Formats: sequence, structure tokens, C-alpha cells
Amino acid sequence: AMEGGPGARIREGDCAVLKRDEVFKAVSVLRRRKIIFEKQWFYLDNAIGHVYGTTFEVTSGGNLQPKQEVEETTTETKEAGTDNRNIVDDGKSQKLTHDDIKALKDKGIKGQEIVQQLIENSTTFRDKTEFAQDKYIKKKKKKYEAVITIVKPSTRILSTMYYAREPGKINHLRYDTLAQMLTLGNIHAGIKMIVMETCAGLVLGAVMERMGGYGSIIQMYPGGGPVRAATGCFGFPKAFFDNLHEFPLSKVQSLLSGTFTETLPAEPEENTLVEEDSNGLSEDKQQEPEEEPPPEAPMDINPTEERDAMDINAEDAEFKESKEKENKENVREKQLKQWERRKKLREAAALLREKNADGLIVASKFHPTPLLLSLLEFVAPSRPFVVYCQYKEPLLECYTKLRERGGVINLKLSETWLRNYQVLPDRSHPKLTMSGGGGYLLSGITVVPEKGRAECAHAEETKLEEPSSKRCKLQGLPC
Amino acid sequence: MSFVEYGDTIKDGDTAIVFLGHESMFPVKVQHGTVTQTKYGVIRHSTDLIGKKYGSKVTCSKGGWVFILHPTPELWTMNLPHRTQILYSTDISIITMMLELKPGSIVCESGTGSGSLSHALIRTVAPTGHLYTVEFHQQRAEKAREEFREHGVEHLVTVTNQDVCKNGFGVSNIADAVFLDIPSPWEAIGHAKSALKAEGGRICSFSPCIEQVQRTCLAMEEYGFTEINTLEILLRVYNVKTISLQIPDLGKAAEDNSGTGFDSSNPSHQGSPCANLQQGAVQFKSGVPLREVVGHTGYLTFATKS
Repeated sequence: AMEGGPGARIREGDCAVLKRDEVFKAVSVLRRRKIIFEKQWFYLDNAIGHVYGTTFEVTSGGNLQPKQEVEETTTETKEAGTDNRNIVDDGKSQKLTHDDIKALKDKGIKGQEIVQQLIENSTTFRDKTEFAQDKYIKKKKKKYEAVITIVKPSTRILSTMYYAREPGKINHLRYDTLAQMLTLGNIHAGIKMIVMETCAGLVLGAVMERMGGYGSIIQMYPGGGPVRAATGCFGFPKAFFDNLHEFPLSKVQSLLSGTFTETLPAEPEENTLVEEDSNGLSEDKQQEPEEEPPPEAPMDINPTEERDAMDINAEDAEFKESKEKENKENVREKQLKQWERRKKLREAAALLREKNADGLIVASKFHPTPLLLSLLEFVAPSRPFVVYCQYKEPLLECYTKLRERGGVINLKLSETWLRNYQVLPDRSHPKLTMSGGGGYLLSGITVVPEKGRAECAHAEETKLEEPSSKRCKLQGLPC
Repeated sequence: MSFVEYGDTIKDGDTAIVFLGHESMFPVKVQHGTVTQTKYGVIRHSTDLIGKKYGSKVTCSKGGWVFILHPTPELWTMNLPHRTQILYSTDISIITMMLELKPGSIVCESGTGSGSLSHALIRTVAPTGHLYTVEFHQQRAEKAREEFREHGVEHLVTVTNQDVCKNGFGVSNIADAVFLDIPSPWEAIGHAKSALKAEGGRICSFSPCIEQVQRTCLAMEEYGFTEINTLEILLRVYNVKTISLQIPDLGKAAEDNSGTGFDSSNPSHQGSPCANLQQGAVQFKSGVPLREVVGHTGYLTFATKS
């Protein structure tokens, strides 16, 4: 059975996405947890056990009930006008007042029936054209019929959701731009990828989905640890994280210059661990270079869990003893965690040192040029790389610097435009609004670097950037 | 090499990409004893290619040089022999994401055409997924089979030579996604539905004309598909150029530099806009759109079977 495929059922603890029309919201499926979505509140308890993709109606008390497919009452011959020459906006066409509608809602009457009543009490409805009637019903349905669909998270859904809800958190990376990155980067199962992103972990999640747990990913992160809020929304199986590594950006320079292992201080706790641990572990231990763990744990244990454990112990009769024992265990646990973190850091460093990554993806809030110039060192020849930037100008500079550096070909600066359409019989047209900007991409392919790098880089630049070079020559300017 | 697995060195039988320069490249089948002609001279496969690292610079007989690249579906799309109009990577990328394809996905496609999309689909669903592709033109179906064999992906794809509108995809209740690029997709929507898994999946149809889209949308609705959504994606490519604009002579005195509004203290160097008043011009980097770009490929209509 394929995990997360169609037909999967909603389980407690799952990461799911709520959908109403075009609006999405990611949630954890938990019992007795109030959810507020699109001005409605409800509980997800009843949704558990249903298939992903099920549409629910919100009933009284915030319960969810699978929506029954209702046959539209299209049998009766419809009455409709041909144009609006006699329709006057006097504000009195709706015979139901605000209070009437509120009373209907308070009585717990189904949205469907409220819509029907609104239609019946509209004096102009019959005079409206068929299209206008259609539009009227759609609008009222949207307002009064409280339906939500629960869907399985995917890159499609989460990238659409993030772009609509929190574009600032993903540097305005539009979903079609993300789609380009995955394709241009030739992301697929079995590769070794380097990902540097500050997009809440959305780009990382997208790469993980396309790799399906095969291959390895090294995530480069700024500051104390990688942000993976969006990655968590994908609900990946645990195994997907086995070959996910992280490496701090602040140590890239020392890794490149070869000073990475030497400058790090030894850890005093290590000795106790070696004694206590099993053979396999201590063998590993000896190979481990003394490395400093990242300043903060990227994913710490839940602090409330810790507190709960303490509370229980406080009631214990042999308080002191158990406390001591627990402290000891806590220290041990912390050491073990630290040791594991160092082991992972060491593994990540070793993977990078091989300088044979199958690609590089950058999508961050930082200036792309220094990132590219350094991180490309870790990529094998004849592999694609893609850099995202919200703005075009930094990529122009990055393009120029990469040309100077050499070792890259087929550089391409691009952007995609996305246009959505309304397609209805006799009413097809592009949608009224479209996104103004979804960012820019600079992509290319690495090649075996030259020995006399500068000369060749210049030769290629002259060849590829003819217009500007010619101009420079003509005017005798340095370029 | 294979199209789904990177290799480091060029081997006999590989398909490699010869990169001559900006936007100029072609595929080559690597074979002992064979030679390939380029405008820079001859490449001898046995000595110049086999055993070399992918991404190496290869010097040709006339002294010119080329790069030899590892094949990818994207490079293949740019270089494949056309037997039909093909889909390009911009459309392919949004199709792949919106169909929610990943390793393990089962996909149905029709028509196979020149196999541009097929290679990208296979790349994404490997190593555990499968592509069932249907092509009603016998020669094209044969040619596609041959290419998949040469590219080391035949185990991931089944090519069927039949009319998808009449006979469907040859499989039922198996697919996570269906893609249609045929003249009358509305005639294949029923078959698409039965090819998809009983518990649901995604569908996409590509059509150049809006009338085709309208009929397809109606058919999708009729067959109970939901989330029907039509979109169009366009690629804009920018040339990175150093532009120089002349400063007009307004009769101002030469010593009155501030009057021009430009900072002359910044010497001319690459990568940043700067003024060179001695030359009477200002230089800056710009991303210049191509003079002519693709304005329309096709409408993409997506929907869900649930």
C-alpha cells in the first residue's frame, strides 16, 4: 500500500489541508480541537476515518457531516429574462430582511434552504438572465452553504496555500515558479541535493516529495537551525528524514578551506558516553572528529512533555532519589542528543566534502551571489542548479559573477507568467486578476572547472555576452 | 548513464549532449569507433568521449572545443528529433506539479508524440512508478519504444499503439494521474476516468484552442470530475546585457558634474551601474526580454476524480 496515495483515510495526528473553494488551510487532525476556518468554527473529530477528498458540511455544534450529493432541481422549466433593461436597483428586491436571515441561521436551517428562500424572496430573480441567475446562486451558496473539503497535503496544495496566505514567509515564490525549479533542477529519486532556502521549509518539502525518500538532501541553513514549518505540513513518513542532513552556512567557509575539523574544541562529556554505550556506538564514536554542535537544536523535544514528566515525579514519595535519577537520565539524554547532532553534522560535512552533489537549489532572502559562488563548489560537473530571487537585479549580478568564475554554462535568467481562466459555456475569459510577480530564476549547468580559469571565463564571456562586450570594445571601456 | 540515474563518466552506448555554445547543442549516441562532425571539427568517440567525465571540455580536431553534458529530460526536450509538436519544460513543470507526480506514481499519457513529456514523467515517477503511454500512430509508437530502450528507461514505461478515444489506455483503476494531449480530449475523458484509481486521482488536458477547452470542461463535469481549473503558463527569458545610455549635452559646463545627476566618483566596473562622464554615457546591467517570445502554447485544464 502506497502511503499518502489517493484513497488514504484521515487519521488522528495527520497533517491535513482544509479547502473551501480556492482557500486552503493546513491543520493537524486532533480530537476536541476547535478549528476556525473561513469564519466558521468546527471540530475535526467526525472527519477521522473518512477518505481524503471528502466534502463535509458544518452542522450545529461544529460537527462535520459528509455532504450528500444532491441532485440539482433542474427538472422544472426555468424562467429567465433576456436582458437587464427593466431591472432597477432600488435596494428592495430582496423581501427578506437582515433579521429574517439571521433568524433562519439561528434556527440552524441548512444553508441550501436559506439560499432557496433568498431566491424565492427575490423579486428580480426571474427577470435576471440565466447567466445572472447562475451567478446569484453561486454567490449565495458560497456565503450560506458551509462546506469544507479535507485534502491530503501535496506540493501543489501547500505551495498554492502559502502563496495565497503567507507570501512573505516564502519570499513571494509563486507555485509555478517552484514547479520550474523542481524541473530545471532535475529533481528525482536517488540524487544527492543541496538545498539552501528560507521559505519556511516549503522548497525543502517540495524537493523531498519529488525524491520520494530515495537519495539524500543536505539543507544549508542560516542562524541556529533550519526552519521546517512548511515541511511538517507535508506529513512525510519518518523514513524520509533518515537521509535529510543539515549544515550551518556559517561553517561553509571553514569546510571549503579545510579548517572545519581542526578548529573545533573537544567535548568533555564524550568519554562517559563511550563507556556507557554499546560497542557499535563507541566504535562510531572513535571515528568522530570533535565538532561543535549547532548553537540550537533544530528540532527540540516538546517542552510541555518534559514538564509533565516532572510534575508526576514531584508527587513521588522518593522524590529526591528519582529526581536525581531523572537528572542523570536527562543529562544522558541530552548528551545522546548532542552526540547524535554532532554525528549528523559530521555526516553532512562528509557528504559536502565529496563535492559530488547532483544539484543545487537556492531560494532565500539573502543575496544569491555569495551563496552561489560558495555552494557551487560542492556540486559535481554536468549538474543543474537553480537560484530563486524575488527581485531580478541581484540575479543580474549573480549572472555576471558566475561568468567571471567560470565552471558554468547555459545560464538562463527567466520568469513565468501564470494566467487562470474561467471556462463556462459562452462565458469563457481570463480571470479578472492575475498575480503581478512570482519571482525570477537563474539556472545553469556546472562543467569541469578550467585550470587557467580567469582567461577562459573571459573568453566565454566575450563569446556569450557579445552585445555588451562589443560595446565595451568600441568605447574602450574596461569590462 | 540513464535518464533516471546520473553517471560520472561517459560510456559506450550513452546518449550525451554536445554543447557548442549559447543555446546551441545536439544529442549524440556514444559508440566506439564513431566520429561526430561539429563546426569546430571532428569528435572521435573512442578517444575524445568514452571514459571522460560528464561536463568535460572536449577539444575538437580544428582546435575549437565543446562541453559534453549528461542527458536530462530537459536537455532532451531541447534536442530531440521532432515527430510532432512537443511540450516544453515550462508547461511540463506545471503539469508535473499539478498532477502531484512523485516517485511511485502511475501515470497514463496520450499521445506519446515525440516523447518530450514522457521522458520527464518517467524521470519523476522512477524508480517505483510507471508510465502507460498510448500513441495511435504506429511509427511514432515504435520510435518512442526504441528511444526508451536506448535511454535505459524501458522498464518504467509501456507504449501501446491504439486510439485512446476508442480503446482507452489499456489499463483500468490503476493510475494516479492522466495526461491528454490529443485533438479531441473530450472523447477520452470517460476512458481517463476508468484508467484512474477507483479512489481518485488527477487529470490534465492540454489544448491550444479555447473551443477544445470548453468541450473538455463540459465532459469533465459530466463525468463527475471536480476542481476543474484552466490555466496558462508563459516563460519570459531575459538576456543579461550591459547597456550604455548616452547623456544628452544640455550645454552645461564640463566642471559642473553634479548637474548631470550622476555620481562620477564611482569608477566603471562590471556588475554595478556606473557613470562614465568622459564618454558621456551611463552604463548599467539590464535583463532585456527577447525580441520575440512564445505568446501561447496551450491551455492546461486540471481536474480531480474523487
